[in-house]
Amino acid sequence: MDKFYKEPVAKSSRIDKLKDDLFKEMPQVEADRAVILTQSYKNSESEPMIRRRAHAFRDIAENLPITIRDNELIVGSNTICPRSCQAFPEFSYEWLQSEFDTIETRTADPFHISEDTKAKLASCFPYWKGKTSSELAQSYMSPEALTAIDHNIFTPGNYFYNGVGHVTVKYDEVLKCGFDGIALKAKQELKKCSRGDGDYAKRSAFLESVIECMNAASEYAERYSKLALEMAEKCTDETRKKELLQIARNCERVPRHGATSFYEACQSFWFVQMLLQTESSGHSISPGRFDVYMYPYYKNDLDRGIITREFAQELIDCIWIKLNDLNKARDAASAEGFAGYSLFQNLIVGGQDKNGIDSTNDLSFMCITASMHVMLPQPSLSIRVWNGSPYELLAHAANLTKTGIGLPAYYNDEVIIPQLLSRGLTLEDAREYNIIGCVEPQKAGKTEGWHDAAFFNMCRPLELVFSNGYDNGELISIQTGDVTKMTSFDEFYDAYKKQMNYMIELLVNADNAIDMAHAERCPLPFESALVDDCIKRGKALQEGGAIYNFTGPQGFGIANMADSLYAVKKLVFDEKKITMAELKEALDNDFGRNEENPEAVAATVQIVAKLKENGVDVSDDQIGKIYSEVAGKTGGGSRAAQIREMILEVPKFGNDIAEVDSFARDVAYTYTKPLETYKNPRGGQFQAGLYPVSANVPLGAQTGATPDGRYAHTPVADGVSPSAGKDTHGPTAAANSVSRLDHFIASNGTLFNMKFHPSALEGKSGIDSFINLIRGYFDQKGSHMQFNVVSRETLIDAQKHPENYRSLVVRVAGYSALFTTLSKSLQDDIINRTEQHNI
Amino acid sequence: MDYMNETGRIFDIQRFSVHDGPGIRTIVFLKGCFLRCRWCCNPESQEFAVQNMVVGGKTKVMGEDITVDKVLREVAKDRVYYKRSGGGMTLSGGECFFQPKFMQALLCGAKDIGINTAIETTSFSPYEKIEQALPYIDYYLMDVKHMNSAKHKAFTGVENGLILENASKLARDAKNLVIRVPVIPGFNDTEQEISDIAAFAVSLKTVEELHLLPYHRLGKDKYIGLGRDYLMGDAPLLEQVKIDSLRRTAEKSGLSVIIGG
Repeated sequence: MDKFYKEPVAKSSRIDKLKDDLFKEMPQVEADRAVILTQSYKNSESEPMIRRRAHAFRDIAENLPITIRDNELIVGSNTICPRSCQAFPEFSYEWLQSEFDTIETRTADPFHISEDTKAKLASCFPYWKGKTSSELAQSYMSPEALTAIDHNIFTPGNYFYNGVGHVTVKYDEVLKCGFDGIALKAKQELKKCSRGDGDYAKRSAFLESVIECMNAASEYAERYSKLALEMAEKCTDETRKKELLQIARNCERVPRHGATSFYEACQSFWFVQMLLQTESSGHSISPGRFDVYMYPYYKNDLDRGIITREFAQELIDCIWIKLNDLNKARDAASAEGFAGYSLFQNLIVGGQDKNGIDSTNDLSFMCITASMHVMLPQPSLSIRVWNGSPYELLAHAANLTKTGIGLPAYYNDEVIIPQLLSRGLTLEDAREYNIIGCVEPQKAGKTEGWHDAAFFNMCRPLELVFSNGYDNGELISIQTGDVTKMTSFDEFYDAYKKQMNYMIELLVNADNAIDMAHAERCPLPFESALVDDCIKRGKALQEGGAIYNFTGPQGFGIANMADSLYAVKKLVFDEKKITMAELKEALDNDFGRNEENPEAVAATVQIVAKLKENGVDVSDDQIGKIYSEVAGKTGGGSRAAQIREMILEVPKFGNDIAEVDSFARDVAYTYTKPLETYKNPRGGQFQAGLYPVSANVPLGAQTGATPDGRYAHTPVADGVSPSAGKDTHGPTAAANSVSRLDHFIASNGTLFNMKFHPSALEGKSGIDSFINLIRGYFDQKGSHMQFNVVSRETLIDAQKHPENYRSLVVRVAGYSALFTTLSKSLQDDIINRTEQHNI
Repeated sequence: MDYMNETGRIFDIQRFSVHDGPGIRTIVFLKGCFLRCRWCCNPESQEFAVQNMVVGGKTKVMGEDITVDKVLREVAKDRVYYKRSGGGMTLSGGECFFQPKFMQALLCGAKDIGINTAIETTSFSPYEKIEQALPYIDYYLMDVKHMNSAKHKAFTGVENGLILENASKLARDAKNLVIRVPVIPGFNDTEQEISDIAAFAVSLKTVEELHLLPYHRLGKDKYIGLGRDYLMGDAPLLEQVKIDSLRRTAEKSGLSVIIGG
């Protein structure tokens, strides 16, 4: 094999210009799509939904305003204003209407909406009353599920109000055969049907819709070809004129036909990527194994001598810019949960091919280099790691990690491949997995994975154990008995499992209701054309057309629940240091956080002042400890605060204590095991993920105090990481603890966040230690790892002076975002995550 | 394997240490030292006696009597990272030769379970004790703080004769001998002093690496916590320019010089 690692090429000056233009204006909501869609729907009311969706797609492709931005080599934009988005009223619209006047000033992900746009949208919205997928979903849900959602036990908000996205399509097939090739397949299937078949009406409607969409998509690209020609004619700059003429030729050929060069392949890829976004409002539409499916075109051009590495890099960089040009407006609450304008377009490099051979190639390196050149959150770059991954790939990736951009994320083939096998994928398919969105593995072009089906707050069922099923005075769950009368830990744990099981059933009910609503109201013929076996089965992806079907809701709060249940076991039952009644009371009054003992406060202030005088830095946590100690001594300290002190002394998850960690493993099963017994309407099964994206902050705000000592309304633990600040034995200890969870059963992904000070990656030895830390965690069967490499001081300063840190990218959860665009509370949470560094 | 039950006194075990020998390592800090270096950043390491130290407003007991078996169980937790990185266990202190029997037992035990070993030491010890341990030591990180015996005694409490003598023998007998120099303002931070140490290291023939460890104040709070005076007062940290210049000086000797180890 050739030595695949060559020196990275320098960044073209074009890239900074494109990037500057991207950030010139505030992102906007534009109305064109909603207006065209509404008119199209009005014209097609008598037809089956799949045809109406195809007509609407065609109307949008024909009429959506198009633009070619200055300096672009890869063209195609959903909006005229960069980094902006369209509206998708077929999924939901009420939230947008009610946020018309606040969306521009809200803290998380603000958007500008012009008065003209507001007026246009307002004139469309009345048509959608009663017709949206969210309204149908709601009507399908059981009243108990709706109650559980109202009480924040879980939130299925993402697909409830938006398109599903979360898919990787057959980019390779479009590159090879073009949309015409796919339309041809549909035509052949259509020929095989008999008009007398029982399912002919549905099947033929679907196949004809596919053909209509393929054609419309090609024509959309041809509009760009014409525009480029027109612009070239007027262009006085000879260089740009040539570029525009090349763009015109590219868009005339692709994506209608197969690509004949790397440049055409790049353009073809881009049209697929952006049109998926145009059709639905889903996020996490993930390019997947870009280095694998693009490589033949690159190699062929190199062999023919018609491309340089420099130009290929420039094209890849241009695609990276375009991936940041797409955007999505969410309702204010969801924006907090997915903060940072992120679209989670996960692009992964490295790993094994279908035969188990390492597939790393020059493009794998160039993709990493592109992220270094562009330094923006998209794509969510990922690296597949296995025992056969070349050191150089990991070293190049570590250099990207070192920039502090929060990319890439590292994934373990050695866990994910068996994970997928256990879910029924073939070995070849499992080996070719890629990641969707944050951390969700699947096989591209064959899967409708519903990977972000909900967030399930594992802390809330424990609250229901303490309240015997009540929340705010209302009975919302089953009654598991008076907690203070429970006589053994097993009885208590059993009550927790019962509350979990009940709520998991309701979660499934809600997800399946939404699933049905999407199939009925928002089938997606364009997307379906690009995933097997929709065409063969004559069914949309939303109706079960995919080969692999899953529903993956995320459970979170593992660390909190492990620590909570363990503390209850130790303090209440094993050591009998506190009674359950005392614990319940302490939780009810938030560990006495709001009670103040004036004498103790005064004494604490004095002590802290003295310590500071002596140059001792005192953290908030330490102040709390001093206070409770003083309060205890003065006799006025509340029992609740003392109880919290005792709890804090109990060993916690994240410190490599086998007993605590195996306990955590068992607690995670209370979510993952019941869930995998359920089926979805597409014929697939439920599978758990264990991570909250950034929802651990807003959903933590809805959670009362927990027996791990966590105060009410503060964030819950992020991903499968230990609770913030509770892991005190360094990165290897934290990694060992997390590796003791069962990552195989959480086949919708687990997320382990670690924050590193930049100094931890200095020099070759720093990079090597970092790689070996990842390797060591992966040897122990962890599935994912990601890093924030920024100093705490940098983040605090960025909070104070956001103007100086506009481009500071941090790893939020399964993705990176601009730090200054995050809400204050999320910023605080990121700052508070334990900073691991070498000592 | 009687030595698994050998007991000694430690004051800390620190994991994911990447500056004390190759790869990812776990450092075991043994309590008790022959020297009293003024700049010592682990003052709780000096006395063999168990002590109380105030840390973050709370009193902590420094010093724990522990068996080799228990230490190695902790050390073995990161075995997978040692294997990946070529790391292992590093014994530090205090001075490991202050508890020679315990130290020897720890090293033997580590080798028994396939863990690579390193020690950080002043080597202020009768050579026969050192010699006994050598077969079980993969990396020998030895401090040479000053070539002038009087100044050495003034700042560390002992003369340097035994140390230098042992260094010469170690050059002959030890595997992977590395000389380390804590660079302390007002003690050994002149070009001449560093140059002298480098020349000595070169004269040992088998030494290839010299580590310069710039002075830091991270131990200051511990002195307060132990109720002791911080003898370094407000001594300034070394500026980067100076560190670079000292590195270049040391490099003239032909040794490979690493800042921070």
